[in-house]
Amino acid sequence: MQTLLGAIINGLALGMAYALIAVGYSMVFGVLRLINFSHGSVYAFGAYMVYFFVSLKVGLFPAILIAIVLSGLLALTIDKVALEPLRRKKSIPIATLITTIGMSFIIQNTLSIDYIFGSEKHGFPSLNLFAPIVIGNITIQSSQIIMLVVAVVLLLILTFVVQKTKIGLAMRAVQQNTKAANMVGVNVNFVISFTFFIGGACAAIAGALIAGYYGIISPSMGSTIGLKAFSAAVVGGIGMLHGAVVGGLVVGVAECLAAQYLGSNVRDPMAFVILILILIIKPTGFFGKKGITKV
Amino acid sequence: MEKRFGSVKENGLLYVFEHFVDAWKWVFAVVIGAVLLYTPKFSFMTPANMRIVIMIILYAMLGMGLNVLIGYTGQVSLGHAGFYGIGAYVCALSMTKLGWSFWPALVAAGVFAALIGLLLGLPTLRLSGTYLSIVTLGFCEIVQMILKQWESVTNGNYGIRNIPKPVLFGMKLDMKNGGVFYLTLALCVLTGIACLAIRNSKAGRAFMAIRDDELAATMMGIRTARYKILAFVISAFITGLGGGLYCVIANSYIEPTSFVFNTSILILSVVIVGGLGTVRGMVFGSALLWLFPQVFRFLNEWRFVIYGVLLVLMMQFRPQGALGWQSTLPYKLSRPTRRLLVERGLGAYIPGRGKEA
Repeated sequence: MQTLLGAIINGLALGMAYALIAVGYSMVFGVLRLINFSHGSVYAFGAYMVYFFVSLKVGLFPAILIAIVLSGLLALTIDKVALEPLRRKKSIPIATLITTIGMSFIIQNTLSIDYIFGSEKHGFPSLNLFAPIVIGNITIQSSQIIMLVVAVVLLLILTFVVQKTKIGLAMRAVQQNTKAANMVGVNVNFVISFTFFIGGACAAIAGALIAGYYGIISPSMGSTIGLKAFSAAVVGGIGMLHGAVVGGLVVGVAECLAAQYLGSNVRDPMAFVILILILIIKPTGFFGKKGITKV
Repeated sequence: MEKRFGSVKENGLLYVFEHFVDAWKWVFAVVIGAVLLYTPKFSFMTPANMRIVIMIILYAMLGMGLNVLIGYTGQVSLGHAGFYGIGAYVCALSMTKLGWSFWPALVAAGVFAALIGLLLGLPTLRLSGTYLSIVTLGFCEIVQMILKQWESVTNGNYGIRNIPKPVLFGMKLDMKNGGVFYLTLALCVLTGIACLAIRNSKAGRAFMAIRDDELAATMMGIRTARYKILAFVISAFITGLGGGLYCVIANSYIEPTSFVFNTSILILSVVIVGGLGTVRGMVFGSALLWLFPQVFRFLNEWRFVIYGVLLVLMMQFRPQGALGWQSTLPYKLSRPTRRLLVERGLGAYIPGRGKEA
């Protein structure tokens, strides 16, 4: 019983962090109908930036703030340098897909160059800022609580931005119909850049949270988690914020339960098992609407 | 040359080049074939170099398999490493556990992968575009999980060791006598011919119609669902054969980590960089992607960064792939059709004839 509860709590904390990454996939997919494979490496970049600035002794929180801005800018640069020219040329969808894969190659391998960070793993400052909470037989790490709280607060802020502000309205308009949004005066390219920035920033926060939880970073940390977060986004219904949250939680809890009861090899693929089941039963995900047929 | 093919200024470089190659194609074939057959004997062919050449040929073949799906039919798969892994494991297991010889094991690898391809093709009835790509991505991860988890059969993370070498007419094919090279080459050439035949068949035209406009294809009476699944099956079969070959190439040892998402991406890159929908492009793309890290060894870790830059630049400036041009050669009608046209006195309408006559 206590292992079950423990696994669920683990899963919830991890799931919220997945949701933060999933939001980036989801929003970019919403506006561009594109799987942004470079997102996982932006997440790794965020964690590395925190590590770097902490090692410069600027303090943990300023380091996280700088990392957020830098990761946001990186995501924005990816869009401006590589994706916007392709959009202007109206290039085939697969070209855009390959471009994001190439970008992720560039970022991930730059991180692993010897005199930059090196391909080996690095220790990461722990986010266990206060004593663990013990309820009965279950111990909850403080990093897990921080993960949960920070992610919930951020997602609430994000929901507010998307639902209540002018730029949020513009984002939703671009999601529904890019051409029409352009006609009524929405600056589509600015909205897309903004989306990439927000996605990158969220990924950096998730990077700091997850790296702080495991206490370790490596250049390839983003590849598996990126794919998992992406399946979380699809499971919840891609393009929807609350979908990303629910998807993240489902994937997080499922993989922690699988790791507990089925063995550690099942942990990572669990996300994809759920993904395929969902895609076959309800291709648009939990909350997705019909009519996403554009490729 | 000027007289036969027209001037470059008039017809464009590509036209002249293609017609020149077409006119001399048998000479080219013989020369390239002779060089290829002699390859293992070259003095610079150290075992390491030989391995790279074999990998180039293997990935050209894998590229052709994926090309049937992406290049011809327009369905993007991000999970071909799954079929590749299934092929390798089926071949290895039927040799080590069932004691089969290599040849039936290779066929079993292809057929089993094709069966799985049929199953994976079924969601195409409901999904399209990006969603289909996602399913294939998940498929690859699940294959990976089964390979690692089903320890009683696949030996889990440790992989399968001591896979026997194939024997042909009493001769063992291995790296030393170049047998593996000739085996890979023969299968790759056969695959290439099969792909060209598919392209010019009724099914191939149906594939390309689906790629260009699925709705229009349906209106023309093409059963799109059936042909999409067929494309999946053919593609999976070729990739499964490639997997079976891999367990001969890989020093008689395979493990699950050879068949991960990055492998799928490498196969996909071969197709994209070489030239979507062409067979020549697969060979070129495979050679480029395998030789690049070797030639630029002096760049150390930077070469993988530059590999990424290469992909990005390629998509910016030549998204159709290095050799992905539209052929300027006249469309070749089948022999019965041509005969029929000549019989009815319409010979002048056969493409490519009118100009000369």
